[in-house]
Amino acid sequence: MMTHWPILVVDDEEVMRESLAAWLREDGYTVDTANSGAEAVEKSRATDFAIYFVDLKMPGGIDGIETMMEIRKIHSDASIIIVTAYATVDTAITAMKEGAQEYIVKPCNPEEISLLVGRIIKVKNLQRENSILRKKLTKQYRFHDIISKSPAMLAIFDLVRDVASLRSTVLIQGESGTGKELIARAIHFSGDRTDKPFIGVSCAALAETLLESELFGHEKGSFTGASAQRRGKFEMAHGGTIFLDEIGDISPKLQMDLLRILQERKFYRVGGAEELEVDVRVIAATNVDLERAVREGKFRDDLYYRLNVISIHIPPLRNRREDIPLLADTFIERIAPELGKEVTGITEGALRILMNHDWPGNVRELENAIERAIVTSKTKMITEEDCAFVGAPRVQEAQEWSVPKDMTLEEVENQVITATLKRTRGNISEAAGILGIDRSTLYDRLKKHNLPRS
Amino acid sequence: MNGVTVVALGRIEETVLEAVTTVLGHTFQIPVRTAPALPEPVFAYDQQRGQYGSVLVLRHILKERAEPASKVLGVTEKDLFIPMLSFVLGQAQLSGPAAVISLARLRQEFYGFAADGDLLITRAMKEAVHEIGHTFGLTHCTDNRCPMSLSNTVQHVDIKGTDLCATCATLFEEKRRQYPTSNNRSSAAG
Repeated sequence: MMTHWPILVVDDEEVMRESLAAWLREDGYTVDTANSGAEAVEKSRATDFAIYFVDLKMPGGIDGIETMMEIRKIHSDASIIIVTAYATVDTAITAMKEGAQEYIVKPCNPEEISLLVGRIIKVKNLQRENSILRKKLTKQYRFHDIISKSPAMLAIFDLVRDVASLRSTVLIQGESGTGKELIARAIHFSGDRTDKPFIGVSCAALAETLLESELFGHEKGSFTGASAQRRGKFEMAHGGTIFLDEIGDISPKLQMDLLRILQERKFYRVGGAEELEVDVRVIAATNVDLERAVREGKFRDDLYYRLNVISIHIPPLRNRREDIPLLADTFIERIAPELGKEVTGITEGALRILMNHDWPGNVRELENAIERAIVTSKTKMITEEDCAFVGAPRVQEAQEWSVPKDMTLEEVENQVITATLKRTRGNISEAAGILGIDRSTLYDRLKKHNLPRS
Repeated sequence: MNGVTVVALGRIEETVLEAVTTVLGHTFQIPVRTAPALPEPVFAYDQQRGQYGSVLVLRHILKERAEPASKVLGVTEKDLFIPMLSFVLGQAQLSGPAAVISLARLRQEFYGFAADGDLLITRAMKEAVHEIGHTFGLTHCTDNRCPMSLSNTVQHVDIKGTDLCATCATLFEEKRRQYPTSNNRSSAAG
């Protein structure tokens, strides 16, 4: 019985329509009928039929080829069988060129129809099975919100499980977009502190004084604008975890304050006299080579050793390319419904493009690329055409923009960020997405170039 | 009376009608009767194809049912077709009241062989069970020995038996609850 694969028979002649439908129903299929191309298109909006039998000639409305083209706009992978009483090479070629799966001349042998329908359904079943297996596979490689099957990442997952319930400080290092915050969250939510707060702070996003107040809180009147007492992130994280992102960018003064809190678990609010004590697990992350920063005297070595009790180094995506298909599937599954698109997969050719790219922006860049490909995709599958932008310079911009003479790299970066923010009307998330970097990195660059946030 | 009415469309050998009536009563455990023969279905003749449209035949024989809850099986010597297919051995309304079988392609003579009365009767019995099975809501079976398996050729028909396979028999019992019938067979069922 194959009742889960519905079939639509489209013909303006009632006897033709109903007799074929009856014949297919005897085979166990759920069959609906439409007496015109327009009705067929309408019905296809409500139901994703497995097979469409469409009569080529339907006077007084859209013909079979036009009907097929309209249906394919809604269901790009629909299996459409064009039926005609008059076989001509031209119509057959046109039908196949426009995407008909088969072209049959009526009357045809009953066995031919049985075999044809059976063959299409077999492929549909295999496709469905394939999709289910892929989903199962993704589930198998999921650790909290992180997807990976690379040995290096699996070792990190093991380490995360081992250290989750300890209070030891963790230092997560990795390039932008590798998912440092996800690992931090996985540590928090795998351990004893899971029902306590997880508080994230991007150290690169704020100026030194603001960051100090953000972390430790302030007393009323401690500085201009401090109109009320405010609890800092450390207080908020009491019992739980504080995640200090971009720790490599903090000032020497804050480095000292942090060192104290790591040593004694005690601190003062800005402008406060009362010493406060907290039970907080600290997880820090950075894309800066901290060891080098220590050697260059930019980062306190004692703080580095305090932070680097448990060290996790996330490999860049280019060093674990086997994760790209898994990640692509996961992003498609999540993003397509959010965008209201019917994209369900990616072609082999498109995947090859993704596998060959180096992804300097890592997983986040891949996620943005998948989102862009879904937006432009016209079919259920992301094709090579949809991924043509990956790794290629943006043609339009390359033509319009030439680098002025004597411009430094710093100035180029400044201009690119300014232009992107202008385009997104100050939307940081959107600008970071376009630039292929995460938000904290963008904040970092804004600070570096002394640019306003909007 | 609920059950099946078997009606000949034109002249059909008594032995065929009797065998069909018997096998239907035996297989489905329902009353089966024969109605007086109707004329040949000339109204369904398609000049272009030289065959008879089975949809029109089904509509025509509906009025031969004994009562609304019963089913009717037409038996014809004429070669049947639906517009999409070059021929059909029979046709039924799935979970509906009417079915028809054609003897034309069940005859050995159709393929240039000598007539074989017994073989014709056996084939007719299998096709009758197949089409009436559809009227009880049974769909095609994947067991090629079951009469509910799809047969597009007499070779397929010859592989099948007349007894429903265990799965189809169970399904039929389920379906029969939707079609309450008397277990008292009519005398015509034989």
